[in-house]
Amino acid sequence: MRVRYGKATAAFAIVSALSLAGCSSGGSTSASQDSSCKPSSGPVELSFTTWVPGMDKVVDLWNKDHPDIKVKVQTGPNGNSGTYQNFFNQLQAGNAPDLGQIEYDALPNFRVQDGLENIAACEGVADAKDKFVDWTWNQVTFGEDKAVYAVPQDSGPMAMFYRADLFKEAGIKVPTTWDEYAAAAEQIKARGSYITNFPRSDVNWFAGNVWQAGGQWFANANDKWEVNLTGKESEKVANYWQKLLEKGEVSTLPSFSDEWNASFNKGQQWTWVSAVWGASTLQSGAPDTSGKWAVAPMPQWEAGGKAAGNWGGSSTAVLKGSKHPYEASKFALWLNTDPEALALANKLGGLYPAAKSAKDLDAFSGGVDYFGGQKIYDVFADASANVNPNFTWGPTMTKTYTDVSDGFGKATGGNGTLLDALKDGQKKTIEALKSQSIPVKE
Amino acid sequence: MSAATAVTTTKKTNTSAGNPRGPRQSIMSRGAAMLIMGVFTLYFLTPIWWLLVSSSKSGGDVTGTAPLWFTPDSIPTFFANLGNLFTYSDGVFGRWLLNSALYAGLGALLGTVIAAMCGYALAKYEFRGREAIFNVVLSGVLVPATALALPLFLIFSQVKLTNTLWAVFLPSLVSPFGVYLARIYAAASVPTELLEAARLDGSSEARTFFTVSTRLMAPALVTIFLFQFVAIWNNFFLPLIMLRDQALFPVTLGLYAWNSQISQIPELRVLVIVGALVSILPLIATFLGLQRFWSSGLGAGSVK
Repeated sequence: MRVRYGKATAAFAIVSALSLAGCSSGGSTSASQDSSCKPSSGPVELSFTTWVPGMDKVVDLWNKDHPDIKVKVQTGPNGNSGTYQNFFNQLQAGNAPDLGQIEYDALPNFRVQDGLENIAACEGVADAKDKFVDWTWNQVTFGEDKAVYAVPQDSGPMAMFYRADLFKEAGIKVPTTWDEYAAAAEQIKARGSYITNFPRSDVNWFAGNVWQAGGQWFANANDKWEVNLTGKESEKVANYWQKLLEKGEVSTLPSFSDEWNASFNKGQQWTWVSAVWGASTLQSGAPDTSGKWAVAPMPQWEAGGKAAGNWGGSSTAVLKGSKHPYEASKFALWLNTDPEALALANKLGGLYPAAKSAKDLDAFSGGVDYFGGQKIYDVFADASANVNPNFTWGPTMTKTYTDVSDGFGKATGGNGTLLDALKDGQKKTIEALKSQSIPVKE
Repeated sequence: MSAATAVTTTKKTNTSAGNPRGPRQSIMSRGAAMLIMGVFTLYFLTPIWWLLVSSSKSGGDVTGTAPLWFTPDSIPTFFANLGNLFTYSDGVFGRWLLNSALYAGLGALLGTVIAAMCGYALAKYEFRGREAIFNVVLSGVLVPATALALPLFLIFSQVKLTNTLWAVFLPSLVSPFGVYLARIYAAASVPTELLEAARLDGSSEARTFFTVSTRLMAPALVTIFLFQFVAIWNNFFLPLIMLRDQALFPVTLGLYAWNSQISQIPELRVLVIVGALVSILPLIATFLGLQRFWSSGLGAGSVK
């Protein structure tokens, strides 16, 4: 699941900061009591809030076979557009749904606010570890012992979409390293096009790049959060893109806007380093370029490397206060591992499963015409396996995204640098954590 | 939209009042006024024009073709888009429209009755604390509805009414501005002597209110109704916080939810555009139908 940040998000961030100030004093991240997880007696009804289109149809499959555990789907706007804020309000009022869709970068926030049930003791949950891509499992356990707070749902392994035809025509080598990528950028600029667009408001895209470079923005040790937006990997990535920006070799259109789509459609953009779901974005936004695209692994910092980043992805969490954690986790496991459910969720909702079995699904085995018949999902499956399993999101990502994206906006306008934006984000993130009484290591 | 109407209204009063100045000056000032009006009209109508034009395009054409003009196959595409809009996701959009009509129509109607009764009581009955109550109501005008949404949610949670029709409907009934307008208008348009005459004739207070006073207050009531209707129709934040069940969404929230999913399901982009166009039609219809009363209501309130 991709997240976009705009003014609405900023407004929600403020509301959430206000409304949460009251209930966050605990802020502890110690493992909660390992309560036993027993089945309820008699038939139960579960509520499940999600924003994946078509999820109701997927749940119909479940309801057909499980008359005693009926799941009711409630759909809303995507997480940062209001659903998370609703979860927090509902948690505070004690009427949250049993299950909710939560993106990985929002999970720590819910964990810190004590909004998630630990379902590790529920039947089958702990054993499901091997069914999911390693890094996604780490996202839902936070590295705690005997703790599982959600079941991974989908992920967004990154690769490079590129215009095979244009590269071939121009005789430019398709870049495999970031150095080659910068060199290609210069040649493409000379031809009056851009190698790509720098997405100034998609800070999680940038984070995906830092992730690939081996960086870490957050760490949680000894109950204290460590914030490190300006580590050497982040600095490397920031300086790299800063240089491309200064040379005017990348455009700075607002992502996913009409101009952005048009720019791709008219062939002004030669590559897009993006997540697996980007394939459908391209197909709908740039229909005239059908058949001309191809997918290659992300450019590497070291020649011969295989590291990939990740952009987006979400989990199915059992929210605090659910009276039926046993049934809820049973459903969550089914939803995210059952081949039939995964196939339908992909068909209707465009989800790329976090389950390792993704590569066996029919939807991901064939070639895609838009990409000249290339079996692009093989590239993404490889990428998925090469995502650094240890990447931690912070508990105030919405705020961090907003702050950094403000700075990125200034930097793309020639005012300050990307690194300045990260430094500013670092400072403000620490302030935000402190204002919520979340312990920070300085 | 409302600003455009207000501008038109002012303009009308200016010209119809008759201008005592010479014809030359009049042309100058009239020209300037026309220019300003023209600019504003353009400013307010262009987005609606864009909406109309874009509704008649297929997915790729929205970005690929001239933004303010039609494509050759606009008409069939428009109807195809409309068809998709009302069939997508089992026709949930039609449901949203009906919900909005229910919330806004019934809410505005009942809200107007309540506001009229309150305003009338405050204007025509003298009782202890009358001004205090009126001041409290007036201060209610200053509190944005958005700020009340969260407290309302917590209250409704206590009585287990969140995610029900009532969660959106009940708060919609309250209109401090309506009370204010009703009071001002009742004070000006309902003569106390008339009420006394009605009392002498043995009419009960309630009967006098519903048969005599409401008729005298009719223009103000239409104004209140329109304000309430538009406010509820456009209300977004309260339903966003209160509702989880898609079947209860008003059209604003439904479109917002779709819009937030465009990145995953790009074909929703066209549906959101067509849906936005369809969702403003009831507003336009209500406005055109009631505009006559509305402007006279506004004018009367401001002069007296």
